[in-house]
Amino acid sequence: MKRTTTETQPLLEIDTLSASIHSKTLLDQISIQISAGEIVALTGESGSGKSMTALAVMGLLPNQVDVDGGIRMDGQDLLTLSETEMCDIRGRDIGMVFQEPMTALNPVRTIGDQVAETIRVHTKASRSDALARAAEVLTRVGLPQDRFPLGRYPHELSGGQRQRVVIAMAIALRPRLLIADEPTTALDVTTQAQILDLLRDLSQTEGMAVMMITHDLAVVSDMADKIAVMKSGEIVEQAPTRQLFANMTHPYTRDLFEASRHQANMPDPIKAPALLQVQSVSCDYPLPRPHPFAKRPAFRAVRDVSFELQEGERVGLVGESGCGKSTLTRAILGLSETTTGTILFDGTPVFSHGHPNPDVQRQVQVVFQDPYGSFNPRHRVRRLITEPFHLLPNPPTGAARDSAIAKALSDVGLSPEDADKFPHAFSGGQRQRLAIARALIIRPKLIVFDEAVSALDVRVRAQILDLMAGLCRQYGLAYLFISHDLSVVRSITDRVLVMQRGEIVEQGATEQIFQSPTHTYTQSLIAAAPQLPELGDPNAA
Amino acid sequence: MFAYLTKRLIALCLSLAIASLVIFLVVEVAPGDPASYMLGINAQPDTIAALRSELGLDVPKHQRYLNWVGGMLVGDFGTSYTYRSPVSDMVADRLWISLPLAIMALCLSTIIAIPAGVLAASRRGKMADAGVMTATQLGVAIPNFWFAMLLVALFAIKLRWFPSGGFPGWDNPVKALIALTLPAVALALPQAAILTRVMRSSLIDILGEDFMRTARAKGLTRRQALWRHGLRNALIPVLTIIGLQFSFLLAGAIIIEQVFYLPGLGRLVFQSISQRDLIVVESVVMLLVFAVITVNFIVDLTYALADPRLRRSA
Repeated sequence: MKRTTTETQPLLEIDTLSASIHSKTLLDQISIQISAGEIVALTGESGSGKSMTALAVMGLLPNQVDVDGGIRMDGQDLLTLSETEMCDIRGRDIGMVFQEPMTALNPVRTIGDQVAETIRVHTKASRSDALARAAEVLTRVGLPQDRFPLGRYPHELSGGQRQRVVIAMAIALRPRLLIADEPTTALDVTTQAQILDLLRDLSQTEGMAVMMITHDLAVVSDMADKIAVMKSGEIVEQAPTRQLFANMTHPYTRDLFEASRHQANMPDPIKAPALLQVQSVSCDYPLPRPHPFAKRPAFRAVRDVSFELQEGERVGLVGESGCGKSTLTRAILGLSETTTGTILFDGTPVFSHGHPNPDVQRQVQVVFQDPYGSFNPRHRVRRLITEPFHLLPNPPTGAARDSAIAKALSDVGLSPEDADKFPHAFSGGQRQRLAIARALIIRPKLIVFDEAVSALDVRVRAQILDLMAGLCRQYGLAYLFISHDLSVVRSITDRVLVMQRGEIVEQGATEQIFQSPTHTYTQSLIAAAPQLPELGDPNAA
Repeated sequence: MFAYLTKRLIALCLSLAIASLVIFLVVEVAPGDPASYMLGINAQPDTIAALRSELGLDVPKHQRYLNWVGGMLVGDFGTSYTYRSPVSDMVADRLWISLPLAIMALCLSTIIAIPAGVLAASRRGKMADAGVMTATQLGVAIPNFWFAMLLVALFAIKLRWFPSGGFPGWDNPVKALIALTLPAVALALPQAAILTRVMRSSLIDILGEDFMRTARAKGLTRRQALWRHGLRNALIPVLTIIGLQFSFLLAGAIIIEQVFYLPGLGRLVFQSISQRDLIVVESVVMLLVFAVITVNFIVDLTYALADPRLRRSA
């Protein structure tokens, strides 16, 4: 699959590009060259300037941004073109795919219409010709007309299917350059593998140059011809993929690489009685009635799930979106009633008389995915992290309360002085530490991590995983770790439950499941997960 | 789509039934006996009793409710206690003024508000936006009767382009429309101000959506992206407000009708209440409820047209 890169003039040449806003530097003298048919990955942490570079090429930077340097496509400097000329280039010569397929499509127009629009904006094609071409392109990206007719609306498609529509829009006119900004970050591993295959295939068969932006080195390790690593607006290292993995020169690249496959050092599990018992639990969701007088049908989101979690044990729950993970989590937290079956914590039901059981709530806390959305921005840290105190019959007051706050903050690696700050003063990783402090402050026995590190950069994620390991050792906590990310689950759990369509299809010791998965679904999940090559391996990439 | 429609229709009928019951009860428990009010304080008890029986007030309450609803279903709204003429005729006369007035005002406010809102949103933070926002502030703040008097002072008294009040009837449609113009403008302006603000903020939200960026990446200009992808999405909340405004304009025009001496529905309600003409009050209020609920039904349908996501769910 390796192509020989022709040493002729590159298709896109970014030449000492700098950008700044109100004299704050966003991009600092970056230079990248991309030839036809070549896949170049731009990687780095959030805020490193990856997306900014892409938007600069598209000419879609906000008006206040000052740009300096050159972006040449076929020798023509895009920065000197007028807005009208750029409109002609966008969509025709350069296509772009974005991160969030769920919101990247207009909800009120059909997919056929939206794909055809790219064609009609740039060519004089009639509506029917454009729609015919749209049908071809949609078939090309894996949405055949018999199952996905042009009249479908975006809400009728899954995330992966929507991303295919976005790709179809971007490639409808066979642009010579495709910019893909985190195209698979919001998708499940198996869907991610399919979309990556599609992009690779398009680049090979159509000779399209691809600029692939991702924070995940593993995603591009077996796909990109060249990798550029960005940090705070600069390219710190740039080399052909094989060479980069064989010989990383910049310490930051090495950091990123190490962090991506970080293994937290977890203490050995203790043999203890069962803490959480999930006994043949099923959960139903009501569906809309097919007609007004019909009986309401139900969708079974969780089917007959049973497992136990011992005191001090770390259990992972993995599965793709829609598999019932969140429904099961809600039931375990006592936030919703189960349709059948019972969930016991220390022998008491988590949900009784139509309410979550407060005795259980005191001992189970949860940390969510979004470190930005899960704090009220108008409250100080002191108030935010003491929220669980209302679960206690006699919450500490005065000096005891202050020392509990100080202890919780220092446990998660923050300083007691942070108690009087507002959440916006903290970075994403620090906020996730706050979320853990909030869970920890009433000394629970079990913490549920619901995709708690999925939104974090790799280096921050590695630190948070270490923190979790340390806390586990210190307080003998049990963890239920819900994630779609297999590598994270592997590094931090003792046992894994694999969930598919509401059922647990496989469970067992983590290493055993990863080494020799027995269920086909588990096998496909593990096969689809992108892997980092070994450092210095000459066969890498 | 069919299920959505049926569901909405059932809701519509239920709301009408509940509304009729509530209106009947509220009007019935209101103090004041129409018969004794009509005959004055010196009337003899037997005269009052006779009138009560003539007006149908002596039968049990549930019977009266059923009579009233049954009558309405076949278009018989009863007879006015005061004027002794069929309520349906009185209402129909007034409706011929109030309905065109409300429609004119609504069209006017929509025609002003949507472009103004789009302009303000697309030039957010610039002069045009500031101008539009100041104008809407004024529009919301100025009481419409005062604005109506200004209009009369300028266009009727000074320039003599429009009559200052009264309604010549629909025999000459041009004259009738001219007579309704100033009241419609007076009614429309505050509504337009509110609608502009809703349009602006709704469009600003939409302009920040990911799919607007996608549209730009396809090669659409800012203007094309705004009209093709922004507007239809932004109109969804605006539709709700338009629906609410229509109901308000139909019945809430009392003050404007008073300023322009227009015999509209608002004045009819006002007069009937002060004369204890309960049957007219009940019928007009019921009619207004019917109008509000029907308009909301239509708004629900337009939602489904504007937003495909509603067609299957709900």
